[in-house]
Amino acid sequence: MSTDTPDAPADDAPSRAELAARVDELEDALAEATSDDDGKKMSIIATKGTLDMAYPPLILASTAAAFGYDVTVFHTFWGLDILHEERSKNLKLSSVGNPNMPVPNAVAALPGMDRVTTKMMEKKIADNDTATIEELIETSLDMGVEFQACQMTIDLMDYDEDDFYDGVTTGVGAATALQDMADADIQLLV
Amino acid sequence: MSAEFDITETLDVKGASCPMPVVQTKSAIDDLAEGEVLEVLATDPGSMSDIDGWASGTAGVELVDQEEGDDVYKHYVRKTE
Repeated sequence: MSTDTPDAPADDAPSRAELAARVDELEDALAEATSDDDGKKMSIIATKGTLDMAYPPLILASTAAAFGYDVTVFHTFWGLDILHEERSKNLKLSSVGNPNMPVPNAVAALPGMDRVTTKMMEKKIADNDTATIEELIETSLDMGVEFQACQMTIDLMDYDEDDFYDGVTTGVGAATALQDMADADIQLLV
Repeated sequence: MSAEFDITETLDVKGASCPMPVVQTKSAIDDLAEGEVLEVLATDPGSMSDIDGWASGTAGVELVDQEEGDDVYKHYVRKTE
């Protein structure tokens, strides 16, 4: 059999079949690495517990789950109140420090004003048929979102593991969150 | 966009706002078989963009049609796998 080049290939050069096998192997690896709907992950860190700031992580988590993402939400500091069954139904909205609220800061700082602004927002939520925090948590859990409660904050706030919604993961710390973030396609701090 | 298709199920999310139309559409489509079409009735104007975006970013579903009525936005999603 003749060759295309005058020099015969060296004995240790890979054969055509070996090269073809290697190309197949690389094509498979490339397909796996570039496949965008396979095993997508999102990691959210929820640090805020006011009524307005409880919504974004829950809305994004449930929506990402609908897209087929594997979602974990790590709740730390005030964000832990979102997972606290009793406190989550009683999250407050403050108008202090928020110049977009219809109340001047000097008035907003008066005793009882947080309750007034919270009631106003709760009424808007009800009138607009916006999902409640509890509904969003239950929906997200149904869709497979993993909610994690930071153990250090549980201890700090003197909460009990039974205080959280059924299905919430406890006994996790920053290293768990970091590992989730390292594996995730989308990482958000809220 | 117009297409010939039979509606298998109808999901009524009228009144619900973001993220519920998308989230409930996902749950409803899970119960369908390959090739079947889900009709979604929504009043959330954001559902036009959101269900389109969800369908293009999600494996196994295809948006076959959308209609903007007077008060109701209609979406038709086919399960493809």
